[in-house]
Amino acid sequence: MTATVPRATTVPAAKPPAARPPRRGPVRWLREHLVPIAAALAFCYMLLPNVVVVLFSFNNPTGRYNYTWQEFSLDAWKDPCGPAGICDSLGLSLRIGVVSTLLATALGTLAAFAMARHRYRGRSTTNVLVFLPMATPEVVMGSSLLTLFVNLRVPLGATTILIAHIMFCISFVIVTVKARIAGLDPRLEQAAMDLYANERQTFMKVTLPLVAPGILAAALLSFALSFDDYIITNFTASASSVTFPMYVWGTASRGTPVQINVVGTVMFLLALSAVGIGQLVSMRSRKRAAR
Amino acid sequence: MTALAVHPVPGAEGGPPDDADEARAVGRKRSTPYLLLLPAGVWLIIFFAVPLVFLLSQSLQTGSLTTGYALTWNFSIYPEAIAQYSEQLIRSLVYAASATVLALLIAYPLAYTIAFRAGRWRNLLLVLVIAPFLTSFLIRTLAWQNILATDGPVTGALQALGVTDLLRGIGLIDGNKLLGTPLAVVTGLTYNFLPFMTLPLYASLERIDPRLHEAAGDLYSTPWTGFRKVTLPLSMPGVVAGTLLTFIPAAGDYINSQLLGSPSTTMIGQVVSGQFLRVLDYPTAAALSVVLMLTILALVTVYVRRSGTEELL
Repeated sequence: MTATVPRATTVPAAKPPAARPPRRGPVRWLREHLVPIAAALAFCYMLLPNVVVVLFSFNNPTGRYNYTWQEFSLDAWKDPCGPAGICDSLGLSLRIGVVSTLLATALGTLAAFAMARHRYRGRSTTNVLVFLPMATPEVVMGSSLLTLFVNLRVPLGATTILIAHIMFCISFVIVTVKARIAGLDPRLEQAAMDLYANERQTFMKVTLPLVAPGILAAALLSFALSFDDYIITNFTASASSVTFPMYVWGTASRGTPVQINVVGTVMFLLALSAVGIGQLVSMRSRKRAAR
Repeated sequence: MTALAVHPVPGAEGGPPDDADEARAVGRKRSTPYLLLLPAGVWLIIFFAVPLVFLLSQSLQTGSLTTGYALTWNFSIYPEAIAQYSEQLIRSLVYAASATVLALLIAYPLAYTIAFRAGRWRNLLLVLVIAPFLTSFLIRTLAWQNILATDGPVTGALQALGVTDLLRGIGLIDGNKLLGTPLAVVTGLTYNFLPFMTLPLYASLERIDPRLHEAAGDLYSTPWTGFRKVTLPLSMPGVVAGTLLTFIPAAGDYINSQLLGSPSTTMIGQVVSGQFLRVLDYPTAAALSVVLMLTILALVTVYVRRSGTEELL
């Protein structure tokens, strides 16, 4: 009873402030939405370069440098292989990307199963060995590989690039696939065994399909890392094995052709759809699981 | 009850029946894990660990590429190389640290919004964080050249707003140029490693139970106190992981300082690659590479230790 009395008296006193908000509206709105506004600005910062890449793929620069907007043109889109060497370098990057993705994903997935599912001696050593390549600056990895190859007189070229790419992709594959295996519900495998599936059948029909999205994500990540790498590649390449990032670096000083922006735009759209489809699929399966 | 006894609760650590079940699920042989680990392990040892030994050995050798090198345990190369390139080394660490702090300040609200405020847009926003960064690093860094170019739209806007004068006043830039300044390099570094900060932050924020915010509010904490005492401590693993994943590659990066900087913004990565690939002074380059790695390892160890104790407090 007594509690309601002060409440009743405060109601009229509380009315004027309730009427005030519209007056200080903008400031209050800004304070309440400060975090999302900061997030929106961060998105602008993150997407601005991609917008510029897309926009300048339609530019028709007057000089060698594609720096300032001149006029709309589809020339670069009609002739993507125009500048000498651009499509050769793309082809090499694609080949190296595919082969290193396949090998790194295979080796990394095997190791991820061992690390997630087995108890063995030397666990902490393997953890360190997997973690260190991700915590080492690329210059250090690249320069150490170069000293190895030079000292052992291994000729530099596509093979040495491939070796390096597989090396730095393996750790990322292991971490991605391991997380997926760790997130599995062990009851599903136990249920399969209770229903008289043998080890092989359980693995092929239950475990592997459940881990597959993680393996796919790891493969996509590997391909992106391999296709995009410049620093380590530059240390392990020769003058005749020019990957796409090396081609871009080479043109940066003497003026980049517009076609580079065309490639950048296509890559952006492919990445957007790959990640988007991945998210859609995982959302669908989550909904199905919830049902 | 009987069902529980026959099928032990999965996930319960230890317990002999659980162990037996796990062993059955993955094969009994003791050699299985080693066979599975062998290919990847051998690859990482031969092409990651062994090269580091070669690098260390190379730094202690004397000679030249044409006449050949001999191991002479020439430790004096270390003080010499450090003395000659301390400026670039310190600059790299300062740039990387600035970029890490900026990336944290930018990524935190971003990850927070995606984790707690995005609702059904969450997946779309995550796609927008990841996708741009699967597009060529170099092409996007070159796009910053366009953006920061002297006659570009950003420079014009900043000049109109008086920001250029402000930056010149602080001494971050000289003249009206943005490109070729430390500011441009740090902008590029921050931008390039932003997803490495955002994703771990998001992962740790997403795990926080939203009811904890409500509880803090119910206990009369202001939103700011609630953030400081509940959200921030719980997101510390993400902060530590994100700062490491940003700082380490940023300290060794030379793409940003090469494409967006000038000779006065040279970073240690540029020196290492230049010594290796152009000057062909392998011992000095190897020594600098070792110094870079050891410096980063030392800083990271101290940082992890300190953030660990802070968490305990």
